[in-house]
Amino acid sequence: MKTTGTVTGIVSNLVTIRVDGPVAENEICFIDLHGVKMMAEVIKVNGDLAQVQVFESTRGLKNGDKAEFEGRMLEATLGPGLLSSVYDGLQNDLTTMENVFLQRGEYTDPLDRKKLWEFTPLAKAGDKVIAADWLGEVKEGWLPHKIMVPFSFKGEFTVKSVIEAGSYNVDTVIATLINEEGAEVPVTMTQKWPVKVAIKGYKEKPRPNRIMETGVRVIDTLNPIAEGGTGFIPGPFGCGKTVLQHAIAKQGDADVIVMAACGERANEVVEIFTEFPELIDPHTGRHLMERTTIICNTSNMPVAAREASVYTAMTICEYYRAMGLKCLLLADSTSRWAQALREMSNRMEELPGADAFPVDLSAIISNFYARAGMVVLNNGNTGAVTFIGTVSPAGGNLKEPVTESTKKAARCFYALEQNRADQKRYPAVSPLDSYSKYLEYPEIEHYLDETIEKGWVEKVKKAKNIIRRGKEAAEQINILGDDGVPMSYHVSFWKSELVDFVILQQDGFDPVDSLCPLERQKFMLDMILDICDKDFDFEDYERCRDFFKELINMFRQMNYSEFMSENFEKYRKSTLKFVEDYGN
Amino acid sequence: MATKAFQKIYTRLEAITKATVSLRAKGVSNDELATVSGRLAQVVRTKGDMVTLQVFAGTEGIPTDSEVTFLGEPPTLKVSDQLSGRFFNAYGDPIDGGPEIDGEIRQIGGPSVNPYKRRQPSELIPTGIAGIDLNNTIVSGQKIPFFADPDQPYNQVMADVALRADVDKIILGGMGLTNDDYLFFRHAFEGAGALEKIICFVNTTENPPVERLLIPDMALTAAEYFAVDKNEKVLVLLTDMTLYADALSIVSNRMDQIPSKDSMPGSLYSDLAKIYEKAVQLPTGGSITIIAVTTLNDGDITHAIPDNTGYITEGQLFLRADSDTGKVIIDPFRSLSRLKQLVQNKKTREDHSQVMNASVRLYADAQNAKTKLENGFDLSDYDHRCLAYAKEYATRLLSIDVNIKIDEMLDTAWELFSKYFSKAETGIKQALIDKYWK
Repeated sequence: MKTTGTVTGIVSNLVTIRVDGPVAENEICFIDLHGVKMMAEVIKVNGDLAQVQVFESTRGLKNGDKAEFEGRMLEATLGPGLLSSVYDGLQNDLTTMENVFLQRGEYTDPLDRKKLWEFTPLAKAGDKVIAADWLGEVKEGWLPHKIMVPFSFKGEFTVKSVIEAGSYNVDTVIATLINEEGAEVPVTMTQKWPVKVAIKGYKEKPRPNRIMETGVRVIDTLNPIAEGGTGFIPGPFGCGKTVLQHAIAKQGDADVIVMAACGERANEVVEIFTEFPELIDPHTGRHLMERTTIICNTSNMPVAAREASVYTAMTICEYYRAMGLKCLLLADSTSRWAQALREMSNRMEELPGADAFPVDLSAIISNFYARAGMVVLNNGNTGAVTFIGTVSPAGGNLKEPVTESTKKAARCFYALEQNRADQKRYPAVSPLDSYSKYLEYPEIEHYLDETIEKGWVEKVKKAKNIIRRGKEAAEQINILGDDGVPMSYHVSFWKSELVDFVILQQDGFDPVDSLCPLERQKFMLDMILDICDKDFDFEDYERCRDFFKELINMFRQMNYSEFMSENFEKYRKSTLKFVEDYGN
Repeated sequence: MATKAFQKIYTRLEAITKATVSLRAKGVSNDELATVSGRLAQVVRTKGDMVTLQVFAGTEGIPTDSEVTFLGEPPTLKVSDQLSGRFFNAYGDPIDGGPEIDGEIRQIGGPSVNPYKRRQPSELIPTGIAGIDLNNTIVSGQKIPFFADPDQPYNQVMADVALRADVDKIILGGMGLTNDDYLFFRHAFEGAGALEKIICFVNTTENPPVERLLIPDMALTAAEYFAVDKNEKVLVLLTDMTLYADALSIVSNRMDQIPSKDSMPGSLYSDLAKIYEKAVQLPTGGSITIIAVTTLNDGDITHAIPDNTGYITEGQLFLRADSDTGKVIIDPFRSLSRLKQLVQNKKTREDHSQVMNASVRLYADAQNAKTKLENGFDLSDYDHRCLAYAKEYATRLLSIDVNIKIDEMLDTAWELFSKYFSKAETGIKQALIDKYWK
């Protein structure tokens, strides 16, 4: 028997329900509003009063209206067909809704139940299996989509039969298992999983040991993110957070990308699903949309579903990770999620923490970031979820609770600077404030030694040092005037400008420059460091400026040319000659 | 709004604050309207039998034995073509002496458009102001505010923009307008002979502040009628959103909610987003474009209201008094239209984005030269040329009193380039220099 209840209080989307039976924290219920069933989630229980957050507008709801509890938490539906979908925060398929306006209580199926998938068995009768083991596989686009023993299955099972290769829809029973009690259990291609619980079903979670290439120099070269790593991008509005995230989504070396548009502009989501189907994944040559799932809860959609949207997105990533795939989760922006938590906490009249955020904000954020990571599956394969979130700090001030809590949880920090954005130095990632803890990992250092070259991390530190010294020189020049400092200050400053313009800055709208592979990044950094190693002396600071300006211009032409193309070589040679000629 | 028959009348208030009253009542629905001593109020909280109502006109003089009647539905607006050319108050009642409107009754503050049903905005809205058209081109379906100090002529600029824009309907949502500004808009619209495409919802400073909360939803419900039902291009003007946010904070304060930054309610972001996200380009051709005003306190954009607005809107237009020319200009550095690249060089001449970037970059060089001058350093020949250029650029292009076509703006910029700079100094692509250099 389901627990039922009666509404006794309403403040915006926080509803109090008097219940007649047991309820669980985070249990889902449906509130009946004149026949429209509105989904809600229990967030607090006190005696026989359950407080629920409603995922819809509560307009018109009355005390006395009835609710029915479902005995389950908020779940994601997992199975082939998740990729290239556009979902709302509760995983409703937005593309199959008919109305222009979102209707209350309209819930659509996340998966196409009729579509046929080409199934190939991977397990055979007699195999011993446990949760998350692979039973078979279908091709989803070009990706091998594993059909697994559902994550919720406990204990060991024996495979009784697996269906033969062929075309089936997701609801077909593709295997029958026998549990420890000897009962038969059917398995289809789909399963459900509560989004707020991390999917385990792997052997171990080692430290990340390789980097995820993004093609963005200021990330890959200076502050690389690990595969299975975590990072965040805080920045005031207008600094290019979203553009940088889109660049990572387009170029990131991952099999699966899930983008959670959490409380942001709807037109940005429109941009994704207008442009992505046209764009080609640089790593596989396939359409980008084929590897992308969009979870979209824009700023005007119900606030409670904002929180659900990031969890739904993470669950989908974990599902693909269990297939041995590399997944990248991008959430824009986690501040909006934190604000949704704040609104609810406020309505529940909880004692507030800093800036009226709930006191457990920090714990919630670090729990969420902890779900990312590289894992070794039971069968020895590895999979990864890399997570990058953006943060929108109020007033651009990084000393606010969401930024501070995230800083504790995420291992990479990409600070966007208003100052750099104003000067149109994009991506506006601060070279000195930003960091990647992964550069300190011996595993990562070893990986970089092997894949790029021995001693790479030292080179990166050297480049950062040039920028630091340049910044100090610039400060002195500003105070004492161009003529008031020795020439070496000007040289230091311009060397840092060279690194800034050639390595840090990158034209996200240029087809060549926007994507810079690691090999090319190494090549350019080597060239720049060679030049910075040289001693320069000029008669006056204007000569110094003119020399470096010209040099920067030549390097930029290189950045705009195909790697190792004729043009590239031409600019490279003339650049080297230009530097050689100096002093003659 | 008429009272329905057979409604139970309550006569005992349990609590009164400046903006809310509470009483015991049964069968009340969330967001429902009620009258308290004849004043319109809305249900904002129920707890058991205790119902809290937000009284739009304020609670001054409301006694504990007031008559309270519940109307059974949230605020509505009657929509039809009869709305055109009319002026209404925050409740949607005519204030121009004209007849009542006949039409379909719609609840205001309705649901959001399914993001998947949107289209990418792609139609340019020309305004004649070069600070907008040239540097920060506005696109239909966009939402963008003016950030301005209270002493800037933002309402005049907005009226100019509205009357020059090629749209089917202009809907003004005036919140806390001074009576003078209200009359200014009225005369401006009448004088331009554009009255038939104008609809105004006005709350003046003489009206109670909480009433303002209804204005944006009223204006946008009318906008959705024309954009969705009639496939029209609608421009919505909202002024002043800072006063709207102030009204939000009054209500949340009276309801004992814990304030977040700058005494604003914690839900400020969502509250503002619900309004601005109504801007939309529909696949059927209809669109809603929102141009708003957010007044600043001494240019401070880190205050919660402009800060949250900036995260929601697609850019901002920054009005600033330019001390060199004595003109009010649209600041090219702090202004931004996030959608401009959707139309520049596509719906405008091929040289648009290059000319825009070059002219702003040279203007930035002039600012550097100015700083050098102020710090007592010597100026180079280039610095002097930059300063002279900046003056003319501000007067002929950035100033808000400019009214020319986009091609003319581009030609003017080329003229200034050749007057003050060498071809190489502009850094523009050679092919464009060959074609357009004067």
